[in-house]
Amino acid sequence: MIELAGVTKRYPGGHEALSDVSLKIEQGELVFLTGHSGAGKSTLLKLVAAIERPTVGHVIVNSQNVGRMKRPALPFFRRNIGLIFQDHKLLYDRSVFDNVLLALHIQGLTGNDAAKRVRAALDKVGLLKKEKARPITLSGGEQQRLCIARAIVSRPALVLADEPTANLDDAYAKDIMDMFRAFNEVGVTLLISTHDQDLIQRYGGRNVHLAYGKLVQ
Amino acid sequence: MKAWLAHHLHSLKIAVRRFLDAPVAGLFTILVIGVAVAMPAGLYLLLDNLDRAAGGIRPQAEVTVFLKTELAPAQGKALADRIAGQPEVAQVRFVSRQEGVGKLEAAGLSDIAAGLPDNPLPDALVVTPRDTTPAALENLGTRLRQLEEADRVLMDTDWIKRLAALMGLGHDLVFMLSTMLGLALAAITANTIRLQIYAQRDEIEVARLIGATDRFIRRPFLYFGGIQGLAGGLTGGALVSLGATLLDTSVERVAAAYGAQFTLASLTPLDLILLAALSAILGWLGAYFAVGQALRQVEQS
Repeated sequence: MIELAGVTKRYPGGHEALSDVSLKIEQGELVFLTGHSGAGKSTLLKLVAAIERPTVGHVIVNSQNVGRMKRPALPFFRRNIGLIFQDHKLLYDRSVFDNVLLALHIQGLTGNDAAKRVRAALDKVGLLKKEKARPITLSGGEQQRLCIARAIVSRPALVLADEPTANLDDAYAKDIMDMFRAFNEVGVTLLISTHDQDLIQRYGGRNVHLAYGKLVQ
Repeated sequence: MKAWLAHHLHSLKIAVRRFLDAPVAGLFTILVIGVAVAMPAGLYLLLDNLDRAAGGIRPQAEVTVFLKTELAPAQGKALADRIAGQPEVAQVRFVSRQEGVGKLEAAGLSDIAAGLPDNPLPDALVVTPRDTTPAALENLGTRLRQLEEADRVLMDTDWIKRLAALMGLGHDLVFMLSTMLGLALAAITANTIRLQIYAQRDEIEVARLIGATDRFIRRPFLYFGGIQGLAGGLTGGALVSLGATLLDTSVERVAAAYGAQFTLASLTPLDLILLAALSAILGWLGAYFAVGQALRQVEQS
């Protein structure tokens, strides 16, 4: 499903975030991406989501070469990926419901069908009762769950999560990890970056460790 | 098709909501656009009215042909009939030499007329042309001069030439002013859209990250620009119409003082529709460029 071949990412100014990384992730895998901050975890996720392009090497996702993708094709590619951000990237000028609806809306889904799917997604993350609330009134854990609801509402086959539990206390983190495992059980491929070793030990799954932009076996 | 319609309706709703979120700023922008539209539209209306006012005088453009003195009145009348048969001539009047003296007396110059031993005036034809453009008049004058029977041809066409030149200048001015203020309108819209994009940049970023196309992001802004332009155009039209209504009474009074009857014409419904449509299109274009630029910048960051 995801294949990185000899990928190097160098940012303007010379900083090399990833050096010659090769990695293969099969469909249906649950993969944890670990490493200290600045090890290149976020950069790797951004390359897979086509937010950044590799300086050297290939990034292949769903048998598409992401690095060479043309700008008009990007939106359609991203619709197949659920993105979960550490800082949630919620829109605070609209309700919880509308935040999730946006993900369907950009694909041209409106009306009752869309509303049903939004409610189903909110139900899965336990926010159904707060659909009319503004995101600013939610706790950190709830905001993260809202971000997850938005990522999964369009039923992507691949979910990328960048430090989803970073700012959460243990109980919330466990909630969210349980949710991810439930997605994985229904066949969703997950790539989750984290620096929380306990979490990985508790949940198993494959561990890909990065150190200073290099893959550590 | 239904989804497409729903989509556009939604974008329209977003645009209207954004306007309602900042009504004061929106109204000011619309007023600025309205004034920008009102200037060329007002000038156009002024010219249109001047044209009409001048048109009221134009039929008086006459060419006087003084006939050779040896010509008999009957020959003169025959010539008059011949000229009257020509297609570019509206009317020909034969003025006999006796009538000419009568006119001098009527004009208060009877002393001069009485002091003359013999009537020195020739018979004359007063030709009223159908077409009063300077070129057509010149043409007619040349042909009348070539007549054997004609002694002198008197044409007072200078003022028509001047008027035509002035009107041409006026139309050029309207065109220039419209172009400049049209550009200004697009720029004003682009600027307000830029401010909006700045306020909405979180939304643009998130929408792009989760797979929105450029078109999806652009659409509400385009609607906003279009609606703003439309409202501005209507405001401009209303300003001009209001101005025309306010001036109408004084114009009538001035005309009455000159012994004429003249009502100020206002913009026709068609003018208003054209004005609003043009203004909406310019607003749309301004928004298109502003969003295009912003999307390129997002891509680079």
